[in-house]
Amino acid sequence: MHNYQTELRQFIVENFLFGREDKPLSNSDSLLEFEIIDSTGVMELVSFIEQKYQLELRDEELIPENLDSIDRLVRFIAQKVNV
Amino acid sequence: MCGIAGILNFKAGSVDPALLRKMIDIIRHRGPDDLGFHLQANVGLAHARLSIIDLAGGHQPMHNGDKSLWVTFNGEIFNYVEVREQLIRRGYRFSTLSDTEVILHAYAEFGEHCVHEFNGQWAFAIWDNKSHKLFLSRDRLGVRPLFYRVTPETFTFASEIKSLLALPGVPRELDLIALDQIFTFWFPIPPRTAFKEIKELPPGQSLTVEEGVVTTKHYWSPHFEPPQNHVREQDYADELRDLLLDATRLRLRSDVPVGAYLSGGLDSTLITALIRQCTGVRLKTFSIRFDDPEFDESPYQQEVVRFLETEHREVRCTHADIGRIFPDVIWHAEKPVLRTAPAPMFLLSKLVRERDYKVVLTGEGSDEIFGGYDIYKEAKIRRFWGVRPDSRVRPLLLKRLYPYFPNLQQQSVAYLQAFFHARPQDLLSPFFSHLPRWELTSRLKIFFSEAVRAETRSYDAYADLKALLPRAYPGWDLLFQAQFLEAGYLLPAYILSSQGDRMAMAHSVEGRFPFLDPRVVDFAAGLPATLKMKVLNEKYLLKLCAKELVPPRVLKRPKQPYRAPEGKSFFHDRQPDYVDELLSPASIRSGGIFHTDVVGKLVQKFRDGRAIGVKDNMALTGIISTQLILNQYIQNFGRRYTDA
Repeated sequence: MHNYQTELRQFIVENFLFGREDKPLSNSDSLLEFEIIDSTGVMELVSFIEQKYQLELRDEELIPENLDSIDRLVRFIAQKVNV
Repeated sequence: MCGIAGILNFKAGSVDPALLRKMIDIIRHRGPDDLGFHLQANVGLAHARLSIIDLAGGHQPMHNGDKSLWVTFNGEIFNYVEVREQLIRRGYRFSTLSDTEVILHAYAEFGEHCVHEFNGQWAFAIWDNKSHKLFLSRDRLGVRPLFYRVTPETFTFASEIKSLLALPGVPRELDLIALDQIFTFWFPIPPRTAFKEIKELPPGQSLTVEEGVVTTKHYWSPHFEPPQNHVREQDYADELRDLLLDATRLRLRSDVPVGAYLSGGLDSTLITALIRQCTGVRLKTFSIRFDDPEFDESPYQQEVVRFLETEHREVRCTHADIGRIFPDVIWHAEKPVLRTAPAPMFLLSKLVRERDYKVVLTGEGSDEIFGGYDIYKEAKIRRFWGVRPDSRVRPLLLKRLYPYFPNLQQQSVAYLQAFFHARPQDLLSPFFSHLPRWELTSRLKIFFSEAVRAETRSYDAYADLKALLPRAYPGWDLLFQAQFLEAGYLLPAYILSSQGDRMAMAHSVEGRFPFLDPRVVDFAAGLPATLKMKVLNEKYLLKLCAKELVPPRVLKRPKQPYRAPEGKSFFHDRQPDYVDELLSPASIRSGGIFHTDVVGKLVQKFRDGRAIGVKDNMALTGIISTQLILNQYIQNFGRRYTDA
């Protein structure tokens, strides 16, 4: 059983913030607005999701509505896994 | 091209020749052909010569007839023949054929205004015995370097910082504000340098030391003023071709053979074609060839070689080469860098020197003055969209940006919009064009230690740069503002120094840049923005001017900025020992600049092969280069890791 929220948070904090959270990242914080993610970051995030959860993300799914906060990611992944 | 150094004691004490010797010895790579000193009471001048013009008669420091003026000079005054004739008409008599003597007599005639007569690239110091004044000057665009340090007792200057740091009693400490600036803009804002107490004379400025008082003065800065009258495009193109041809002709003045760097892009190809027109002899060209196809331009280089029938030599550059020579690159660059791009230039100048050449012409400066950079295009699209943020069509243009960055090309339009959106407050910023780049770079400060963050927390680098903008700047076109930031700052502080002078002079090679002829620069600054970038077609007028001179495929090829491999250069099977040593927790901790754990996670990301982005690569290069500065300049001054 995956704990998406914990796993995603850990990946984001380790991979993009290198463990340094000046202010704890909330689940609803925008990864774009807080400049946590850049163009390569999106690709890194997608690769992580695809590998970790054995999912295939379609191009049209790569939008901020699905990927731009921990909450959105959790909702999106849960939906994909359940389909 | 040479190395210069000098000491002026404010009090009566005479200059210690051993100190002067120490200053010049450490920069002998700039001038291996001859060495000269002038010592008198409280003044000492030194010179290391790379002989290019008047091989027999150009010994320096040089004096005028009555020995009232002494000069030590690094660079070239390309129009020295014309200025010499002008001075002869005014009654001056010359005892050499050198451009150095022209400087002396021009100073005698015009005083500090002499620099307005010069078309060249220079850093020089004149000791005026009559008025007991030291006069220093640096060329308009900062091709040649000049650094100084002032204390209550002395004024010292040199071509490179290492000459000043070699003196006893000089603190060898990183300037943390400069570090913050480098990790924002890629350069320290002059006169600040990476080292405390060491200042750089900014481009286009002169400096005087008189009765212990140091004064700096702007004599030139880039100014954009498009014409009021309509001129036909073709007339502009014809005028530009004539100007570039003459700029090239002047830069071929030399008593040693002159070659050219050939990247395979429009700028260096055009310069090579113009040299061919001037000389008619078979030209020697030099290129870098990358093993990695992502960076390699050799198919275009080969096409130009065939088209212009040059005698060509290339140096192959691998990831491993970059890692191997990087400590030497940083020793010469004298500042942290965020890109490895200087390293292949170091290999290229080595090739030139091995082939017994010491002068090369290059296409440097064209992108800045004729509108070639992608950042200009990006700014244009962002603003076009920013004024109509609800438009669904305008952001589609973002797909036209950065075709050579696959990560970016794979993004959905929704994400591109998010990355390149212009916030309402951005539209009002004087730095609109550069905000995305600078904000991305500033994210690298996450790697700074707590102590460095505490020291720089309240510092506002943008405010410092804003204070230096010319009064007319807010009224300029967006393209002109972006050009000013590139030509006025990044060009001298990074392109012409870290990638230019320092890498070439490491192997005693002089670069000459026809695009930076002041007549060409002024012409470009007076062009309407639409002739530089027509819709999204960069360097429009230059392409028109080059149409019949370069191969059609080179004219039409998509813009490929010069880049070099980064992370892969430092992490591979046979990586150099210094990488692990400098990135070890103990080394990071003792350096005090970066946070041990945060750096540790970045290093792990590279070791795992997970680091693929521009930001991670810039961070790694910035950290390694800063650690090399600490190690080679501060902790163990003069330590060298390689013998490249």
